[in-house]
This record gives sequence, structure tokens and C-alpha cells, in this order.
Amino acid sequence: MSEGHHKQSFWSKYIWSTDHKIIGIQYGITSLIWLLFGFALMAIMRYQLAYPGSPVPIVGSLLGEGGILPSEMYNSLGAMHGTIMIFLGVVPLAFGAFGNYLVPLQIGAIDMAFPKLNAASYWTYFLGSVIMVTGFFVPGGAANSGWTSYPPLANTATMGQTVWLLGMIMLITSSLLGSVNILVTVIQLRADGMTWMKLPIFVWTQFITAFLLLLAFPPLEAAGVLQLMDRLINTSFFMPSGLVVSGEVLQNAGGGSPLLWQHLFWFLAHPEVYVLILPAFGIVTEVIANNTRKPIKGYKSLVYAMIFLGFMSFVVWAHHMYLTGMGTTIGAFFQTTTMIISIPSVVILTALLLSLWGGSIRFNTPMLFALGFLPMFGIGGLTGLPLGLAAADIHLHDTYYVIGHFHYVVAPGTLFALFAGIYYWFPKLTGKQTNETLGKLHFFTSFICMNGVFMPMFVTGLAGVSRRLWDGGESYAHAAGVFQLNELMSISAWLLGVAQLFFIVNIIISLRSKKTGESNPWDATTIDWTDTTSPPLGHGNFDKVPTVYNGPYEYSVPGSKKDFLPQSQKG
Amino acid sequence: MDIPFNVKERPDTGLYNGKLGIWFFLASEVMLFGGLFSAYIFLRTGVDNWPAGTDYLDVPLATLNTLFLISSSVTMVMSWASLKLNDFKKYKLYTLITLFFAFAFLVVKYFEYSAKFAHNPPYLPSTNNFLGIYFTMTGLHVLHIIGGVLVIGYLYGPGSKMWNSDPERFTNRIEIVGLYWHFVDLVWIFLFPVLYLL
Repeated sequence: MSEGHHKQSFWSKYIWSTDHKIIGIQYGITSLIWLLFGFALMAIMRYQLAYPGSPVPIVGSLLGEGGILPSEMYNSLGAMHGTIMIFLGVVPLAFGAFGNYLVPLQIGAIDMAFPKLNAASYWTYFLGSVIMVTGFFVPGGAANSGWTSYPPLANTATMGQTVWLLGMIMLITSSLLGSVNILVTVIQLRADGMTWMKLPIFVWTQFITAFLLLLAFPPLEAAGVLQLMDRLINTSFFMPSGLVVSGEVLQNAGGGSPLLWQHLFWFLAHPEVYVLILPAFGIVTEVIANNTRKPIKGYKSLVYAMIFLGFMSFVVWAHHMYLTGMGTTIGAFFQTTTMIISIPSVVILTALLLSLWGGSIRFNTPMLFALGFLPMFGIGGLTGLPLGLAAADIHLHDTYYVIGHFHYVVAPGTLFALFAGIYYWFPKLTGKQTNETLGKLHFFTSFICMNGVFMPMFVTGLAGVSRRLWDGGESYAHAAGVFQLNELMSISAWLLGVAQLFFIVNIIISLRSKKTGESNPWDATTIDWTDTTSPPLGHGNFDKVPTVYNGPYEYSVPGSKKDFLPQSQKG
Repeated sequence: MDIPFNVKERPDTGLYNGKLGIWFFLASEVMLFGGLFSAYIFLRTGVDNWPAGTDYLDVPLATLNTLFLISSSVTMVMSWASLKLNDFKKYKLYTLITLFFAFAFLVVKYFEYSAKFAHNPPYLPSTNNFLGIYFTMTGLHVLHIIGGVLVIGYLYGPGSKMWNSDPERFTNRIEIVGLYWHFVDLVWIFLFPVLYLL
């Protein structure tokens, strides 16, 4: 294991590092690049949706004849946009980057429990993500059966689907290694005095997220293996008997069930939704407590609500499958569990909202993003309720309403929280401050554009426009009344891309600025701020591992000299 | 810089890091094989005529294999216990027997598989879903056996040097690989009745 003191080459220090902080940054940079890439795929699709059949400017020559986006490629871009955003972008950023960097610092550990495994986890992710994207270069293009890869379509799809499955198996392995590491770290390596009920909420969210990844991903791995068998050696796990494709009866044994894939897939993919949102809750909690200068409302209710949320997330998966003919009895069961799981979400959101009450709020950039998160996640969550009820879902299933719903949860929801986290912990990573003006411009432009993209989707969805139409609904009579909204959504999306320049420029300028010399610029209480320098020096994090005496949110303590009481300060 | 509780137990959890780590890893393995067992149930209940295991599979050979694996589990525990009793020679002996049983299992499995392929007409994964799920589940299990053999073999050979430098840590390693090995046996204990007997 490397010591921070001796001189190391660039490669051993930054590339093959086993230091959790470096690995966290590796995760962060890689996932941000993939987020941008996934966004670019969508920006191309949105041109086709707004102006169907017109040549796409700039990148048109890469796409197809006359610069028009071919429909097969549209499907590829759609499937890969979803896959990249979730598995290559948001989860590695929220769990890999934030979890790796911050969890050991916040619990007072000198590193993760298994540093080499940690590096292996990053490199498996990196390899998996590269494999995933090489799909674009195989005959027939990348996977084109949607990010859900439903058979029989996915079973008979072009070679890109095989690449997708191989990439996915790598990503699952990576998240397995990462989650074991986080779980053991939190259980074993908490500093003296860091009891469970003194853990920052952020650590709790990462801990529960790790459980979800650990237990929900393997069934998808099983499903992935079965689909690979179906595709490569002609088994029939997901193929019913007598299936006819392009006028020919398929030559296989049959007797399988496409529904089996959907069960195994959603058994992962519903907990995955909470993998996306829990770290966001954690970041927002830290930022809100810090910037209202008062304790968070209902620490224990937050913790119990999150544990309950994690548990329930394993028994709601089939609410994605009301229209599959799996039967109304099963539907009724999953409808009930789905309504139940909304309760802890409301508890969490209410606790965060009440935390604002009576606070002297500092409206800095991280706080703006955290405040933006609350109503945006609220919209995303509330619009999910009709989808959880089987009767309403019959109308809304597979329409743009669904797209609007989960994008509100993930884009202005989780992504805003992640931006809040990046701005909030940037001083910790670098010892430098980001520019407030650019940060605020980034927030307000993103906020407006996000709503410009996703709010109209509810309208087109309620009108019945299906989510996977190449021409955006132009050739459908029922979409005629709402078709022109596509242009508004597309322009908002492109402007949203432009707005991210504020972020990129801000990061570059800030990285080139001088160090502020302050190690705790936000006057925070948690030990990642109070007991390490900014940035933390070398491998080992702490000069002296702190002992913890207080809860994580001791702000404005009566009788205290300053308005905050660090976790590691007796008193 | 040493990570705390890498070798010694943490007092309030009573576990060292690696042991907790392998338990979590095994939890995820339960979900992996659980997913496949669920798939088996789903496929079987979805069709009218599902073949009996004995139509295709060789129960006596599988019984022999079950005995091999159960015996190897016993010798695995004995090799760990020998280290606890500070008897390195016995550790070597019991580990060798464990490896022998594991190889015996793989040889029997090889003959089982080749008999299926050599049958006329050949029994392939694509023949029907029973054979498909049989090859998938036992194949994944065999991969786990091979992984275990590699690690146990390493700890028998070059890896055993650690006994001289850090005996406690080495004993922990044997305990960890032992937990894994018991799990792999346990999976077979479920596979055997489900695929061969039911």
C-alpha cells in the first residue's frame, strides 16, 4: 500500500491509486463525461422529434443518408441514452464518486475497508462502460430494444444487444464490489463515538443504497446470463412457442416466457430508482442543514423512513407490468405496496421542507440546487401516484407522461442534488471556491430549461402520445393537438445543454484560481470538514483520527460560542 | 498505514473486515442463484409438461458428487481448525483432500456433460428449457467450484507462505475461503433435488 509521503509517479498516484479519494474523483470525472455523452444522444433525438425527417445539423453526416436520423438508429440512441444516463452516469456519480470520497471522511475512517477491491470496482466500471459504448461500432449499431431490453424483441435484435449484456454484467460486478466495500466500511470503520444515530444522513443514504445494489443487481445478472444464452446458443428462456418474426416461424424449442425477463429486470430496476434518489436525499439533507444553520427536522424519522423505503423497494417491482397480463390479483398486491412506499418518501420530503422553517437561510449555489430539488422531486413523486394505480396506468402506460414523471425524479431531482453536492464539496476536493455568479446562472438557467423540457411531456402524455415514436407523433391524429410542443421541449433541451457551459467554465476557472486556505468554508459540523485539511492530504485522511461526541447537525446550539458545534468537539 | 480490524475483530461487531465482506458477498450470491431458482419455478409452472429430472439426468452420478462435496466441506473445516490448533502439517493434508474431492466432482461433472452431448440426438441447452436451465445453473455452479479450487489451490501452494509471516491473517483467509466453499456446497445441495429428483 502506498504512503502519502514519498514521491510517486503520476501513474501510481492518480491512475492505479487505491486511495478512496482518488478513486472517488476517477468515478466523478468518468461519470460526468458519460452524462454529457448521454445528453448529446438525446439532443440528437430531440431534433428528429421537433422536426421529423429534416437533416440534423452538425452531426447529420454521421447519422445516415441526407443527414436524417434513421429510425433504427433513433431506437439505438433511445436505448443507449437511458442505459448511459442511469448505469454509466448517475449511479456511478451518486454512489461511486460521492460515496467513495465522502463516506470514509464522514465516519472518520482512514480509507475504505478494501482499498484494492475499490480500485478494482472502478476499473471494472470503466471497462464495462467502454464495452457498453463499443456497441455503436458493431454491425447493426448499439442495442436498440429500449433500456429495458424486453424480449422477444431483444432476443432477436442485432449484435449490439449482446454487447449491451456483456457491458451490463461488468457494471453489475463493479457495483457488487463497490457495495460490499461501503457496507463493510460503514459497519467496521466508524471512528470512536460515531454511533449509528450520530451518522450524517448522507452516510445512512449511502449505506442503504449499498444494500439495494448488493441485493437487487444479482437477479438482473441472472437474467442477463439467461438472455445471453437465448441469443448465443439458442435456448428459449424468454421465447414462447411458435413465435413468428418477419413472417418466419423461429427455430427454437419455445416454452419460455417474456414475462420472466420483465420480472427479473424490474426486480433490479425498481430498487434502482431508489439507488438513484437516496444519495440525492443525503446530499440535500447535508446542504440544507448547513445552510439553514439549524438541526435537521426529525433525524430519526428520516433514518427510519429511508430504511423502510429501502425495504419496500424490493416489493413494488411489478407496478411496471400492469399491462402485461400477469393478472389482476398480482396487480392489486403491487398497487397496494406502491401506495405504501409513497409514505416514507413523503415523510422524507416533509422533514426536509420543515427543516427550512425558521432557518436563517444562506442562498448560495449549493443551497439553491438543494432548494430546487425539493419541488422538482415533489412533482416527480406526485405524478408517479397515478402510474402506481393500475386503472390510471392503463391510459398512461408507455406514454410521454411516464417519461416526464421519471425524468422529474432523476433530472431536476437527483441531478440537481448532485450538482448541489459538487458545488458544496468542491472546496473540500480542491481547497478552492467556485464562482457564485456563474453558479447561480447555472442554477436558474437549468431550472427553467429542465421544466421547459419535462413539463410539456405530461401534456403530450395525457393526450396519449407514445414514448417511442420516431416522428414524435406527427403521423398520429391524436397527437396533432400537442405535436408543436415538441419544438418547445427540444429548444429547452438544447438550451439546457448550453446552460451546462456555466458549470464547465466555472469548474475550469475555479480549478485555476488560488487556494482559499480555509478548510471549513461553510462552517459545517461533520468531521469531513472539521478534522481534515482541504483537500485532505495524502493517503490516510486524518492527522489524528477524531473521536466523535455530537450528532451531525448541531447548529445554533444555545450557549455555544460559534453557531455550530463540530461532531468531534467535546461540549 | 493499516486499515483497522483487517485482522483483529472489532469489539462491538465481533467480526474482522474480510469476514463481514464475504458474508455480504454471499448474500448477493444468494440473490444471484435465487434469481435462477425463481426462473426455474417460473418456467416450470408456465408449461403443461415439464420433464422429470430422471428423464435426462444421471441420479447415481449426482449422488456421488453430492457425497464428494459434502466430504470436501468437512475437510475444509478441518483444515481451518488445524490452523487454529497451530498444526500446519494437518492443514496441508486436509486442504489436499479438499482439493481432491473438488477435482473428483469436476471429473464426474465432465463425464455427465459429455454424456449429454454424446447422446443421440444430443441433449443441448437449446433442446428444451429443462436442459437449458440445467446447463445454466450447474454451469454457473461449476464456475464457482473452479473459482474455489483456484483460491484453495493458491492458499495450499504459494499463498501458504503467509503462515510464517502473519499466521492470524492466514487463518482468517482460510476461514473466508471456507465460508465461500460451504456456500458453493449448499447451492449444490439445493440444485441436486431440484434438478435431478423433482
